Amino acid sequence: MSDPVLVVVFYLISAITVVAALGVVLTRNIVYAAVFLVGTFAGVAGIFVLLNADFLAAVQLLVYAGAIAILIIFAIMMTRDTRKGSRSNEQRWPAFIMAVLMLAVLLGGISQTIWPVSVLAPLETTTEKLGKLLLNEYILPFEVVSVLLVAAMIGAIVISRED
Amino acid sequence: MSPWDIIYNFFPYIGGLISGALSSVLPGWAVYVIMALIGIIGILGFAITGNLAMVWAERRIIGRMQVRLGPNRVGPFGLLQPIADAIKVLTKEDIVPRKADKLLHFLGPTAFLIPAVLAWAVVPFADGTILTDLNIGILYMLAVSSLSLIGLFLAGWGSNNKYSLLGSMRTIAQVVSYEIPMVLSILGVVAIVGSLSMVDIVKAQNIPFIVLQPLGFIVYLIAATAELNRSPFDTLEAESEIVAGYFTEYSGMKFAIFYIAEYFNLLLVASIVTTLFLGGWRGPFLPPYIWFVIKIFLLFFFFMWLRGTLPRFRIDQLMALAWKFLLPLALLNIFLTGLGILAWQALGF
Repeated sequence: MSDPVLVVVFYLISAITVVAALGVVLTRNIVYAAVFLVGTFAGVAGIFVLLNADFLAAVQLLVYAGAIAILIIFAIMMTRDTRKGSRSNEQRWPAFIMAVLMLAVLLGGISQTIWPVSVLAPLETTTEKLGKLLLNEYILPFEVVSVLLVAAMIGAIVISRED
Repeated sequence: MSPWDIIYNFFPYIGGLISGALSSVLPGWAVYVIMALIGIIGILGFAITGNLAMVWAERRIIGRMQVRLGPNRVGPFGLLQPIADAIKVLTKEDIVPRKADKLLHFLGPTAFLIPAVLAWAVVPFADGTILTDLNIGILYMLAVSSLSLIGLFLAGWGSNNKYSLLGSMRTIAQVVSYEIPMVLSILGVVAIVGSLSMVDIVKAQNIPFIVLQPLGFIVYLIAATAELNRSPFDTLEAESEIVAGYFTEYSGMKFAIFYIAEYFNLLLVASIVTTLFLGGWRGPFLPPYIWFVIKIFLLFFFFMWLRGTLPRFRIDQLMALAWKFLLPLALLNIFLTGLGILAWQALGF
């Protein structure tokens, strides 16, 4: 991160990401919130590109911006009265307390962690190495996640079946 | 260099000349930026020319297929018709519904066009004639084109019209469903090549992958047609049911931008199919970029043929086709490809 161009690009992308994230939280119209969310996901993909994690960047776009955001949008399209915005209800104060606690935990975690910086040059191609690691060294967690996803999928089908 | 070598490697040769001339006067980064701009302008020029040619060809050829003449009045064989259309569309009034969400209505066409343009960065026209040979090329292409859905959503929602909204909901359901078999059908090719780079994929095809991956080819072609929302999968703009779907409330240049982006995507899918399954720029005698364009336009003819002859699917048939037919086939293709690669290695190749 010594190249001045990279530093400028980093702060630009970070600014876009943070502004979009604030937009998600602060806007009352949930359609706008969903669109801001796409911006946040795209910004994170940009940061992955700066970190030479090209595979992760593409997957971030494909899965988060292209699929998860779209599913959220699809759910919003099924809801009524989005234009009036989401009004606060009796969950307001519990939600506020939880959010503050969460913020405290995250800030504590971030400030307490020692962030090691690798001195090695970044990998030229990450895809092959990631694939080999996932299917050799980390095969067990990989399979556990797969089973979890299949279970969630079957659960969703069972819940939504009409008979 | 013989004249034939120059014709054969025309674009890298010209690029080399220009960058050589520039680097004697300008610093390295400026040369890089200028060369990138020239590449972008060249590709956009190709895409827009291709677009005009396709609009003309589609109207004429579908006209013939349906025993009509098609537009034949403006210029010889109606060749100037696309230009007349372009001028007409530019001068039309831009109507925004009073109750529309003005911002989203405005952003819709733009958000649909941008991914269609971005994806062109990794289309390999010939060896060395590619804007950037990313080592995640095909994945980049899929990731970027998955963003175009957001434009459709913004258009459908921002118009504040029930037909627009229904159109976008259909599109989102359809495209999300077909994306899965589409991505999985590419995996067979990627497994054989062992690389995601578009250039590596073409270079690995001593025999076109349509021979090794017939199943993957068919699944990809069907899923890509559905992703393009072209007939027989054009339920989002089924005029007999929902007027014109998400672009019911669009007029003038905004409508034209949707139209342009759809043709950009069509050209893009044709070039992906060419690169992945038909041997890309490779072919005997003719220069590589000519082969590439020939293959793209043959595929385009195929898409027109589908549009001219097949009736439209119903939305439930469409979803059933994706989940109950294409997805299992794509998975089977991955399994068979894996077996094939293992057998190939066991035989000692």
